[in-house]
Amino acid sequence: MFRSRAVSRKNGFTRIAQLSVLAIIVALTTAAADPTARFDKLGHQLMCSCGCNQILLECNHVGCPLSDGMRHELMAGVDKGDNDSLIFQSFVQKYGPTVLAAPGGTGFNIVAWIMPFAVLLLGIGGTAMLIRRWRLRSVPMPLPSTVSRFGDIRERIRRETEI
Amino acid sequence: MPELGSFALLLALVLSGYTLVAGAIALRQLSTGRGGRISPERLAETARRAGIASFLAVSVAAFALLWAAFTNDFSVAYILHHTNRALPGPYKFAALWSGQEGSLLLWAWLLATYGLVLRLRHKVDVRLTAFASTILAGIQLFFLLLLNFAATPFSLVSGTIPPDGFGLNPLLQYPEMVIHPPMLYLGYVGFSVPFAFALGALMMRYPGEKWIHITRRWTMVTWLFLTCGIVLGMHWAYAVLGWGGYWGWDPVENASLMPWLTGTAFLHSVMMQEKRGMMKSWNVWLIFSTFLLTVLGTLLTRSGLVSSVHAFAESNIGTWFWIFMVVVLAVCIFTFVLNRDHLKTEHKLEALVSRESSFLFNNLVLLAACFTILWGTLFPVLSEYVQGNKVTMGAPWYNRVAVPIGLFLLFLTGVGPVLAWRSTSFKSIRKNFLLPSAAGLVTAVVLMLVGVRPWQDEGMFYSLVCYSLGALVITAISSEFLRGAAVIQRHTGQNLFASMLQLTRRNSRRYGGYIVHLGIVVMFIGFAGQAFNQSVEKELGVGEALNIGPYRLVSQSFTQDSNPNFDTEYSLLDVYRKGNKVTQLAPERRFYQASQTTQTMVANHSTLAWDLYVVYEGKNPDSGLPIIKVFLNPLVAWIWIGVFIVIVGTVAALTPNLQTALATARVKAVIPRDAAVAGSGD
Repeated sequence: MFRSRAVSRKNGFTRIAQLSVLAIIVALTTAAADPTARFDKLGHQLMCSCGCNQILLECNHVGCPLSDGMRHELMAGVDKGDNDSLIFQSFVQKYGPTVLAAPGGTGFNIVAWIMPFAVLLLGIGGTAMLIRRWRLRSVPMPLPSTVSRFGDIRERIRRETEI
Repeated sequence: MPELGSFALLLALVLSGYTLVAGAIALRQLSTGRGGRISPERLAETARRAGIASFLAVSVAAFALLWAAFTNDFSVAYILHHTNRALPGPYKFAALWSGQEGSLLLWAWLLATYGLVLRLRHKVDVRLTAFASTILAGIQLFFLLLLNFAATPFSLVSGTIPPDGFGLNPLLQYPEMVIHPPMLYLGYVGFSVPFAFALGALMMRYPGEKWIHITRRWTMVTWLFLTCGIVLGMHWAYAVLGWGGYWGWDPVENASLMPWLTGTAFLHSVMMQEKRGMMKSWNVWLIFSTFLLTVLGTLLTRSGLVSSVHAFAESNIGTWFWIFMVVVLAVCIFTFVLNRDHLKTEHKLEALVSRESSFLFNNLVLLAACFTILWGTLFPVLSEYVQGNKVTMGAPWYNRVAVPIGLFLLFLTGVGPVLAWRSTSFKSIRKNFLLPSAAGLVTAVVLMLVGVRPWQDEGMFYSLVCYSLGALVITAISSEFLRGAAVIQRHTGQNLFASMLQLTRRNSRRYGGYIVHLGIVVMFIGFAGQAFNQSVEKELGVGEALNIGPYRLVSQSFTQDSNPNFDTEYSLLDVYRKGNKVTQLAPERRFYQASQTTQTMVANHSTLAWDLYVVYEGKNPDSGLPIIKVFLNPLVAWIWIGVFIVIVGTVAALTPNLQTALATARVKAVIPRDAAVAGSGD
């Protein structure tokens, strides 16, 4: 009895988990299938190549010689159903690698993505080790055995003296 | 006037040179005990006075340039290129910092002003101030060398003088641009003072931590100026550039953020030195780095090393800045190596979970953020060197890399204040974190229930994390405030608000700091709103309408106008919400005659919930109808409110403690008047 209930509960959880994953996939693919949303997403990952250093869909200067044409090219690529990497490749071939608003994830460009997090993680690890080393070196203060609830009293003193 | 300006700059150069040389000789004589024909004290005094005189000389030069601007003296090349006759008065004033030569003159003048204040307040600690004054004179000398030989603001036009100037860059013709650059420069230049004190204290092996107390106010005021400068720049970009955002991760923006991050780290870790005598070397290097980053920022944007949308031309002064940076770095390393034994500390951390370690982690994250921005700014150069082609490090890269680091920092903002010095017990952590964690969790659940779907979009995910952490931090800090206020309330019987006020006044630095943290959280709430931005673009003829969010914009008219400074095209749009007219907006596009350039003037209707941000994109040449782009940017107002809270908190932290103030007043009342007068000269 107990076992069958546990099994059915487990099946229930599995079903909920499966449904959740399905819902997420549907939600993601629905968003991806919307051409306007896709155009907006991709247009924010490309730069205008006229030298204004602005994101393609945010380039707003009058008489920009390139942004209109680039937007039309992007829309054409989206309408044709080309995948993201194909669209980006055609832009890179035509306008050079600076047309991508962020470096790609291949070759030396990977370093651009990894380095900040690597530095942060190394720093956190190093700091934790440093604190540990300092702790091992320092002599712990013995708690006065005659005083009960010493921690509470010390906390109270800390609060009242710092105010 | 140009001749007077040139002469004043040359005189300032000589005076600064004298301050540096005479000051250095006097300090050397004092430390070795060997005197010359003039006693070292008298020599040092002449150096101090020369420093004060150099302020007057630089002030005359700045005045001469302004005079030339206001009298339309187009024989001066700088005035010709940055002003015109029709330019309104305030913008002629702004011309002083609109170009390279003028902005360097402003830099030198602000540095001279800081130097003046420092030299007038020299009795706080005569010898330490003499060291700092001499080091400041060295920095001043560099800028005056630039102004006299590399970027001269008083160069004259050769040949026929044009009847009118070429005008001021239209981007700068906006009220905030009259205050944004000086504010930013006050911050940039101001960090020279703590740098000079730190280097001086290290050179003279200054005993104890008194030098930190002396420089604390300088650092906080400088930090506040830099904060205000950065935010004014953000607001200017938002209101003028017309791209709907306030931060574009441009190298010039990055250049101002980097010293702010290291300066913030210094303001935190310096407390470790004051309270526990720890992290002395670390602090010294933090302030050295902050100063070097202010110079590096100038180098990056003026040498043409990285490209920027800001209109600063590539110039030859980059080499000067490289040399200066190398010299400063060499002096810092040499002084540090020579005196590093002086920076040893006896105290060590006692626990991983303590206020001290939270400061360490906070420093680490701030520096990681600084490194990330520096890395992003310099990576295109590195990439070109390694793989032969430049890559773009645009907003998508920064948003992916910097946002998680920023959120981690936000988390530490809430954690730090509730941890105890030396060691925090598990029981105390559980007690202090239960409510804030619950608040964070409830916020996340409520947001998901009202429609924030973190799995749909990266921006929404970060936004949800940001709001949950914001709730956690606000609850943690508020509980800390309320607990302290409750103690005061118990003792005095005052109401809670009065108790909180008294609590802040009795430990202004600590609780002022908490207010600053609250302001930062409020700013983060505003930043996170970006995930929900919407925009619509449409051609809008008379009577036609456009819908966005709860608003309906109806075009009433579109027309053209002109004045001596610019021609303008604009649309008049009535804004309705639920059928009621809320306001009328007039986005416009200007064409400036003198510079022959166009500029957007955004129309914005700001509320606490969102900004209705309207841009006149120009006319469709085929239909002749104006193209209107409308953004609905949620919670932007919270960023500016957050900054206001940060300012209030910093001012509170700068205010002397109530107890100290009362004690000083009591001591003054007790000491007889004659005795006080006699002692005032000490």
